[in-house]
Order: sequence, then structure tokens, then C-alpha cells
Amino acid sequence: MTPGQWIEIGRMDELGRLDTPLHRRDARAKAVTTILFIAFVMSFPRHEVSALMPFFLYPLAILSLGRIPPGYLLRKILIAAPFAVVIGMFNPFLDREPAAAIGGLVITGGWLSFASILVRFVLTVSAALVLIACTGMNRLCAGLERMGLPRVFAVQLLFLYRYLFVVAAEGSRMRRSMQIRAAGPSAIPLRVYGSAVGHLLLRSMSRADRVYRAMVSRGFDGEIRVLHESRLRWADAAFVIGWTVFFAAARTWNLADLLGRLFMGGLS
Amino acid sequence: MHMADALISPAVGGTMWAASAGLIAYCARKVRLTLRDNLVPMMGVLGAFIFAAQMINFTIPGTGSSGHLGGGLILAILLGPYAAFLVIASVLTVQAFFFADGGLLALGCNIFNLGFYPSFIAYPFVYRAIAKVQRGTPRAWAAAIIAAVVGLQLGAFSVVLETRASGISELPLGAFVLLMSPIHLAIGVVEGLATAVVVSFVARARPEALSAAETGMGLRPVLIGLLVAAAVTGGAVSWFASAHPDGLEWSIAKVTGTEEVSGSESGLHKELSSVQEKTAFLPDYGFKSGAEAAESEEQPASWPAVSAGTSVSGLVGGAITLMLACAVGLMLKLGRATRDRHDHTSQSVIMGSGES
Repeated sequence: MTPGQWIEIGRMDELGRLDTPLHRRDARAKAVTTILFIAFVMSFPRHEVSALMPFFLYPLAILSLGRIPPGYLLRKILIAAPFAVVIGMFNPFLDREPAAAIGGLVITGGWLSFASILVRFVLTVSAALVLIACTGMNRLCAGLERMGLPRVFAVQLLFLYRYLFVVAAEGSRMRRSMQIRAAGPSAIPLRVYGSAVGHLLLRSMSRADRVYRAMVSRGFDGEIRVLHESRLRWADAAFVIGWTVFFAAARTWNLADLLGRLFMGGLS
Repeated sequence: MHMADALISPAVGGTMWAASAGLIAYCARKVRLTLRDNLVPMMGVLGAFIFAAQMINFTIPGTGSSGHLGGGLILAILLGPYAAFLVIASVLTVQAFFFADGGLLALGCNIFNLGFYPSFIAYPFVYRAIAKVQRGTPRAWAAAIIAAVVGLQLGAFSVVLETRASGISELPLGAFVLLMSPIHLAIGVVEGLATAVVVSFVARARPEALSAAETGMGLRPVLIGLLVAAAVTGGAVSWFASAHPDGLEWSIAKVTGTEEVSGSESGLHKELSSVQEKTAFLPDYGFKSGAEAAESEEQPASWPAVSAGTSVSGLVGGAITLMLACAVGLMLKLGRATRDRHDHTSQSVIMGSGES
């Protein structure tokens, strides 16, 4: 984890606090739609590529409506890519079944399924990222809690998110001061590491104590109250239903293939 | 070893979601019952600490490379298994949302792989069993390293099983294990070293900070938890066993009549595949190898869509659809300022493209 990633996470937080009509949609509606989207995308057989294309409409529409900068999102997707790429890369070698032909070029099943993995990867990752970018952590946790997420866990997520920036700033200050004094590679010997991270841990723990005392002095009684301000409206229901119908249609019929045939038919 | 959504089938993802959600609910109740109010901010801040600690690297003795703390085991040592599991789950959730590290569908798998094993196996049965109440002694160091290795190996093996059961990656079980196991052995040793050195520092500097986890941790609830996990896993296995694996492999197993084709005949692979056969995780799941390439000439009938025409139309249609999707996105962006009722417009656009 580099300090650069922290600046990025701060940017995500800013995006989440924007106030577009999409941000005002209830968090539950967006969470449910995202889960449905991912489930629909992943339910395709593994050699499918073209039928997945219509699904790009969802992240792209959210991206545009939620004022999320596309380049920023793309960078985040690329950073996360290695695992899926490394595991998927074996498919072309292991599955050499001819599965499709374009002109004289025969494409093996392995390449198709590798392409499919990459497309799915971009789709699912971007769906998760746009969800948080157009909702924000606070609204999302409140929404999830109302959907049945245990309160202790919802509160844990909020606390973690709240102190992420504070503790991370402490960590990066420590790192910077070590780099300035060491004038060498950024990695340190194990002994020094133990005391550095140990100190970071002790500081974090005493911060937690101070936070706790501050909470108690403000009337904390062991129960956390999350503000419920958002209410489900018709537009939220329409949002979920509309997208679900689209996903179901795109899952049932290969829209891209139909369109392609229409197009080819028109040409010939 | 965060799993990605792109390699998980909804059935596997859903099952692991259910398992992790059950564990989260169980741990949340346990934590609420501890009646330690200060646990709430402590858990939050320690989750943030894990992120921050990952920014600091140390040189691995004897090698040129560097490593950092992963977090599962040290959280269990500091907080006890229940709170640690919740913290790990929250860290993974934040990573999934903000860093796209592992996806939402894979989140259940990741929470289980990286949270369950360190909290409920490695910590109580390995670390506590070896280290007892010692800290900073060679025995405690050994305990931390062994516990970290055990936790990560179990997690890595789960990654393999879950990916394999999803059937999207073609990687055979044996090769996948051979790929993952050594890497995670090394990661486990590094994780163990980092955990041990930090814990022994804290033990010297502020021993009372470590006492939190050591109270109120009986083995009975852990055993019950294990039973629940076993039941969930059993349910999952029977679910997969009853479902037909669709697509090419199913048809190939039928056409070629080969029940079990393995890529290599090395000992481990053979053993693992025989174990796989015995446990019938995915019966009749055949994998092709180079030797089968000759047979593949007879295959086209099993793959209904091999025809130049449909392939081309799929390709063209895919490209057009992608362009359409981009265009719609762009239109929404341009029209954003003037439109108020976005949902209705965007949905009518969707319906429009759906019918075209």
C-alpha cells in the first residue's frame, strides 16, 4: 500500500459525498441493483463474450449520472487486475478446443473464456466501484444496516472508515520520517520494524481509548445509533425494477448477437 | 490472495456469502455480549491500523525482498477470535469497495478464507496451543510463524477449491495447488515473523495491552462454530454435486467418455485428483490435456455455436453494443445538467436499446 493509494481513497470519499440525483437514490436500491448485476454477469456460461457486452451499459450509465471521472475508475480497475489476469491466463493453454471461427481464424475455447474472464472482471469491479462512488460509505452502511447487516458490523465498518484516514496519516508520517533518516531503501530490518509498527499499534490503541472516553463523555451507552434519513421512494423501486428487467433481458437474449445479425442482414 | 469476482460462479459466491454472513452475525452477537464498550472503538481503530501497517515494509532476513503485515493473526492475538473476525471482514469489505481488491461476489469467499482460518483455526488451535501465555519467547515466535503458515495454507487451499468449484478458470486442481501453496508458505513465514516481532514489542512496552484477548475464550464455542462451518460446507458440496456443470466440459466428458483426464501424472496431482474423485466435489468433470487434442477433431458437434456466421455476428454485435453503451453513457453525461428525472429517462433509454 503506497501513500498514493491513500490520496485515491480520499478522492473516492469526495465522490461519495457529491449530491447528484443518483447519489440521492436510496443506498439499498443501489446495493440490491449492484448485487443483481454481478449475479447476472457471473451466471453466464464461461465462453460467453458477446452477450456480456450489453451489461457495460450499467456501469457506464452510473458513471455518467454519478459524475465519476472515467479515467480515475479505469486506473483503479487496472491496479486490481493482476489476480484475475494471472489465473485466467492459463485458460488459453489448457482449453484448446476450437469454439468459434471468424473468417479463417479459429478461436479456441481457452481464449474465449480468458476474454470472458477479463470482461467479467472489468464489469464486476467497476460495478462495485461505482456503487461506492455514487453512494458514499456512510449512506451505504446505513442502508446495509437496514437491510439486516448486524449493527455491530455496520458500526465497525463506519468506525474503520472514519479512522482509516487518521491512522493512515500517522502511518505515512512514520514512513516518511524513517525514509528521511535512513536515506536508503524503504524497507527496514525486522527489529526496527517491530518497534516501528509496535509503536504505531500502541498509538492506535491509545487513540481508541481516547475516542472511547470522548464517546462516553457524550453519552455513549454501548449502543450506536445510525441516522436513518433516507426513505424508499417510487423512484428507487423503479430504479431496481428497470435495471433488473434490463439485466434479465440481456441474460435471456444475446442482445449483442441479435444486433450484430440485424446489422449484417442490413448490409447484405 | 484476494479472489476476484471474475473467477467465481454465483453458486460458489452465494454459498460463501451465506457462510460468512452467518459467521458475522454469530461474531457480532458474541461481541455484543462481551459487555466491553471500549471494544467498539478499539476494533475500528485496529482495522485502520492494519491498513496503516501495510504501508511499512521490512527486509526479509536472508533475502533481498521485503514484506509487511497481513493482519489476520495479530488481530486475533490482540482482540480474540470473534472481534478479530469482524475486523478482518470489515477490512476486506473496505478493500473490496475502495481498492477493487477482490470483488463483491467474492467478498464472502475472501472473508471466509482470510478471516475464518486465522481467527478460528490458527489462533485458538495453533497459536494458543503452542504459545500458551508466553510472549516474546522463541516458543511464542515459533507459534506465530506456524500459526500464520497454517492459516494462510488453509486459506490458499480454499481459494483453490472455490475457484475450481466455480469452473471458470481451467487450471487443474493439482497445478493450482502447486502454484498457490509455495507462495503462501513464504507469505505465511513473513506474516508470522512480522506478527511475532510486533507482539513481542508490545509485550515488552505495554504488556497490559495484550491481556484483552486472553479472557473469556473457551474452546466449546469454537467447536460449535466449526460444526456450523462443516454443516455449511457440506450443504455447499451437496449443492454443487447436484448441479450439472454446464458448458464444454460436461459435453466433452460425455462425448469422449473419459471420466478423469489429468494433465500430469506427478504424485501430488494424482493424489489430489484421486481425493477429488473420492469426495466427488464435481463428479465427471473432465479436463483436457495435450494428449486429447487429437480427439478434439470430433468435437464440433458438442459445441453448438461453431459456425463462422454466428461468431462474426456475435463479434460485430458485441462491438456495436459496446459502442451503444458508451454512447448512452456519454449522452447521459451531456444531458445531465438539464434533466431532473434521471431514472425515468435512463430507463427508457435502456428499454430502447434492449428492444433494438
